[in-house]
Amino acid sequence: MGFIESALIIAKKDLALEIRGKEIVTTSVFFALLTILVFGFAFDLAHSQGHQFAAGGLWVAILFSGALTMNRSFLYEKDNDCLSAILLAPVDRSSIYFGKMAANFTLMLAAEAFIVPVSIVIFNVNLMERFWLQVAALLLGTLGFTAVGTLVAAMSVNLRVREMLGPLLTLPVVAPVLIASVEISTGLIRGDELDQFIVWYQALVAFDVIYLVVPWLVFEKLVEQ
Amino acid sequence: MEQANSAPPAVEIVSVVKRFGYLTAVDGVSLTLEKGEFLTIFGPNGAGKTTLIKIMAGLTNPSSGSARINGRPVQDHDDEARRDIGLISHQTFTYGQLTAMENLLFFARLYGVEEPSARCQGLLEEVGLSKRSHEPVRSFSRGMLQRLSIARALVHDPSILLLDEPFTGLDQHAAETLKRQLRRLKDERRTLVMITHNLEQGVALGTRVVLQVAGKFVLDTPAESIDPVQFGKVYFEKVGQEHY
Repeated sequence: MGFIESALIIAKKDLALEIRGKEIVTTSVFFALLTILVFGFAFDLAHSQGHQFAAGGLWVAILFSGALTMNRSFLYEKDNDCLSAILLAPVDRSSIYFGKMAANFTLMLAAEAFIVPVSIVIFNVNLMERFWLQVAALLLGTLGFTAVGTLVAAMSVNLRVREMLGPLLTLPVVAPVLIASVEISTGLIRGDELDQFIVWYQALVAFDVIYLVVPWLVFEKLVEQ
Repeated sequence: MEQANSAPPAVEIVSVVKRFGYLTAVDGVSLTLEKGEFLTIFGPNGAGKTTLIKIMAGLTNPSSGSARINGRPVQDHDDEARRDIGLISHQTFTYGQLTAMENLLFFARLYGVEEPSARCQGLLEEVGLSKRSHEPVRSFSRGMLQRLSIARALVHDPSILLLDEPFTGLDQHAAETLKRQLRRLKDERRTLVMITHNLEQGVALGTRVVLQVAGKFVLDTPAESIDPVQFGKVYFEKVGQEHY
C-alpha cells in the first residue's frame, strides 16, 4: 500500500464521518461567524487602519474555528479505540497523520468558504480584490495551521485536558504562520506592491515545509502506545 | 514434510520485558506458538496480559526482548508481519457514524484487500449481519458489534488472531455465536491467542493454556491435561490470595 493511497483512504474516511455527523464544520463555522461579528462591532472599520483590523479579524476567526476542527479530529479515533485498529494496518504510520491532516485541511477550507464572504460583508472590505494572491495566502496559512494543529491533536488525544492543551500548544507554535498570513492579507487589502510583502509569502512557505516535515519524522513515535 | 518443519513458529516471543516507569507489566516472558495452536491466557487484572497481546500485535514495543510473527519482527513495523495479525478486543474498533459495510470497506482498503466489496459482503454474511450492512453501527447491539469486530479482524484473512477478552459484555446468545466462530477459525488452522477470565470457556476452546501473574507465566500446559473441575482451584493457588 502506497503512502499517498493510505493517506487518501484515511482522509476519505474522515470526510465521510464529518459529512455524516456535521459536527466539526457546523461548530467551527458558527464560532468563526461569532468572532467576526464581535470584531465587526468592536472596531471602527471606517478608520484608515480598518483594513488591518479586517485582515486580523479574518485570521483570528480562521484560527479559532481551526482550533475546534483540530481538537475533534482525533476524537473520532479515540471512540472505540479505532486508532489502534489503524495502527495495526500495514501502512506507513506517518501516512495516518497526513491523511488526517488532509481531511482537516479540506474541512478548514470548507469553513473558510463561509468565513471569507461573511467577513467581506461585516468588515465592509473587499478581502478578495486580488483574488489569487489572497487565495494563495489562505491556502498556505491554512496548511501551516492544519499541520501543527493535527500534530497537537494527536499528542493530546489521550489527555483529559486536551480541550485546553490543544489551543495552548498550537497557538504559540503557529504564531509565525498567523503573523505572516495577516501581513500578506493586510498588504493585499491595502493595495501594496507584491514586492513589499513577498517576503511573508516566502516565510509562510518555509514554515509550512518545517511544519510538514517535523510531524512526518515524529508521528510514529508519538502514537506508539 | 521438511518444508513444514523449517517453517518459523507462528508466534515467537523471546524474553520480553515491558516496563511503564517503575511498573513491570511483562516480566521476561518467552513463548513459541506453532501454526494452528489456540492459546488461552488467564490471569488476574493487571497481570500484563493485554500488554503482552499488544506487543504481539506490534502496538507496543517491548522494553527488551523480541516478538516475531511468522519469523518477522513485529516491533520493526514489518508490513508482512502486520498483515498476518488480526486483533479483536473488547473495544470494537469501529466508527459509530459509518455503516457496517463502510467500516469493513475502510479497513479492507487499508489492508489492500483485492475486491474489497465482495470480501466485505461475504464476511457480513458469515457473521450474520448482511441484512443490516447499510445501517450505522451506533445502532447495533453489543453482540452485533462484536460480530462486526470479528469480520473486521478477518477482513484481510490473517493467519493469527489475537483476542483480548472478546466475550466481555456479550449475552448468552452472542457468546454462543462467538464460540461457534472461534471453533470454526480453530478448524481452519488459524493460530489464536485469547485472553479471557472465563476459566471453563477458555479451557474448552484452547489447545494450550497459560496463566500470567505479575507479568510472568506461572503455568503453561496443554488444555487437554487440565481437569476443568479442578482448574479453578489450581488457578487460585497459582494466582495467590493477595490479588483478592
